[in-house]
Amino acid sequence: MFDLDRFQEIWITITHNKSRSFLTAFGVFWGMFMLVAMVGAGVALERGITSQIEGFATNSCFVWENRTSEPYKGFRKGRQWEMRNNDITVLQNNVPEIQHIAPIIFGGNSENNVLRDDKAGAFFVKGNYPSYNDIDKQKLIKGRYINTIDIVEKRKVCVIGERVYEVMFPHDEDPLGKNLQVNGIYFTVVGVTRSNSNVNIGGDSQETVILPFTTMQQAYNMGDRVHFLAITAQPGVKVSVVEEKVKTVLKQSHDIAPHDKTAVGGMNLEDQFTMFLYLGIGIASLIWIVGTGTLLAGAVGVSNIMLVTVKERTREIGIRRALGATPVNIVGQILTESVVLTMLAGVSGLMFGVGLLSLVGKVLEQSDGMFKDPQISFSVGVGALIILVVIGALAGFIPANRAMKIKPIEAIREE
Amino acid sequence: MISLTNINKTYYTEATSLHVLKGVDLNIYPGDYVSIMGASGSGKSTLLNILGILDNYDTGDYRLNNVLIKNLSEKQAAHVRNEMIGFVFQSFNLINFKNALENVALPLYYRKISRKRRNIIAMEYLDRMGLKDWAYHMPNEMSGGQKQRVAIARAIISEPKVLLADEPTGALDSQTTEEVMQVLTELNAGGITTIIVTHEKAVSDITRKVIHIKDGMIGSIESK
Repeated sequence: MFDLDRFQEIWITITHNKSRSFLTAFGVFWGMFMLVAMVGAGVALERGITSQIEGFATNSCFVWENRTSEPYKGFRKGRQWEMRNNDITVLQNNVPEIQHIAPIIFGGNSENNVLRDDKAGAFFVKGNYPSYNDIDKQKLIKGRYINTIDIVEKRKVCVIGERVYEVMFPHDEDPLGKNLQVNGIYFTVVGVTRSNSNVNIGGDSQETVILPFTTMQQAYNMGDRVHFLAITAQPGVKVSVVEEKVKTVLKQSHDIAPHDKTAVGGMNLEDQFTMFLYLGIGIASLIWIVGTGTLLAGAVGVSNIMLVTVKERTREIGIRRALGATPVNIVGQILTESVVLTMLAGVSGLMFGVGLLSLVGKVLEQSDGMFKDPQISFSVGVGALIILVVIGALAGFIPANRAMKIKPIEAIREE
Repeated sequence: MISLTNINKTYYTEATSLHVLKGVDLNIYPGDYVSIMGASGSGKSTLLNILGILDNYDTGDYRLNNVLIKNLSEKQAAHVRNEMIGFVFQSFNLINFKNALENVALPLYYRKISRKRRNIIAMEYLDRMGLKDWAYHMPNEMSGGQKQRVAIARAIISEPKVLLADEPTGALDSQTTEEVMQVLTELNAGGITTIIVTHEKAVSDITRKVIHIKDGMIGSIESK
């Protein structure tokens, strides 16, 4: 079927009719180019979005205190209730679906609350448990995270965000073992973190000083106060269910009306993740619909121009028939021309598209926007090529059929 | 070589039918040099188309080289045309995006002869026509006489038994007409049965046999 001689014959026909071939091919080229560009953009958008929440447990929820909105058991409405250490134990005992629970306590970030020698800055201060690292995975640039011994011994150590490190330790100084004065008390730096996700609790994690939870409670005279709970659900349990149970338990132990909707603040990322998921699926399917549509429009263009071409080439085809070409020869020629043209156009569209994507990718590397790393996968490329061959053959089918019906006598009849 | 027995051909349009050939009987022998003459509408081109298997006929028998040519499939017809018949047309019918060499070599392509070999053969035939230097020129760069000689080279490259020429000099001036007729006469002398449709007396005078067609019937045959 694909002998060299036949290919040469077709190649001559294609190259000796440059403008015709170019016009025929351009539709497919453009369709392929658009498909690649759009799929790449879609992938970039998806990657951009997922990178915002990278390392964050997808089954996590957060709970905090608000004022009550209903009077209950003699308490007036608008009461500010407070979470305490023993709430953690109660929750762990009553809600077995909890996988990790990390209480958090916030400190003030008054002006220049963090000092070291002549350097000063205003940063967030947060008391964390080691288990928080299981919920929002921290990337440690240097040193370690808060550990259990820190909690038990109430050590005066701290883990600092990357921005804190840059301000407090200029010139790439090694911060480990050095002391920082945080809200008047000295802490030894044991680690520097960079958060993977853009999810921030109680202030930008880059600009936060993390202390051991217990140390913070004691050092700043906060008793057994807890400000905020980060919780993950056991595998297979919906986090929204866990969130509801946690809220119910908290309401019971703090005399809050069971139907009070605002007293216990809560948020879970399940909804966000589902939204992202559907957003991704939506974008991807939209791109494929539009992309294949464009490709199909290109193929219809090829078919159309080939049809016109066949009409224009009636005489040539007639001559070929008179010289001994069988109908199969003619159909083969038109079909192969169509496939070769669509392939050439498609492959160059693919290459231009991929080239553009890697260019844009280089530009995007510098920025931290919604788009990241636009690329199409190898399988998408191969799939698109296979689709192209099929489209090329289909596009050539109607013109080839028309060409086959040309009788030599009609073609070479003198005008 | 060619034997026609009671050939009838009618063209049908929506409203009317036109009985073009009304029982044509004709014998042409190997090596004959024949011209077919007749007024326009007499059916001479239809006759040539039937002889060239470019068109089919309604009733009768057409034998070419003792083979009955009737109800052939398109594929069979293509093969017979390629093996047995060479065509020369009034308007040359060269493929305009192929150069002279490629045009001449085309029949051999459909005979599955390799590109290299058919280009060598095509060059030989162009040389015979005195057009070796024009091998890589496109048809639109050549004169009418040159184009017709390219077309003749293409017609005979497959070494056909019969050469059919439909008004081969119709688009040429008298000078080139003479040249082309000289080429055809030489080819006939080489043994190819040559049939020329023409309305030029100067052309038919050169052939050895003249068949006059009138109203779809053989009027007279004069042999010299």
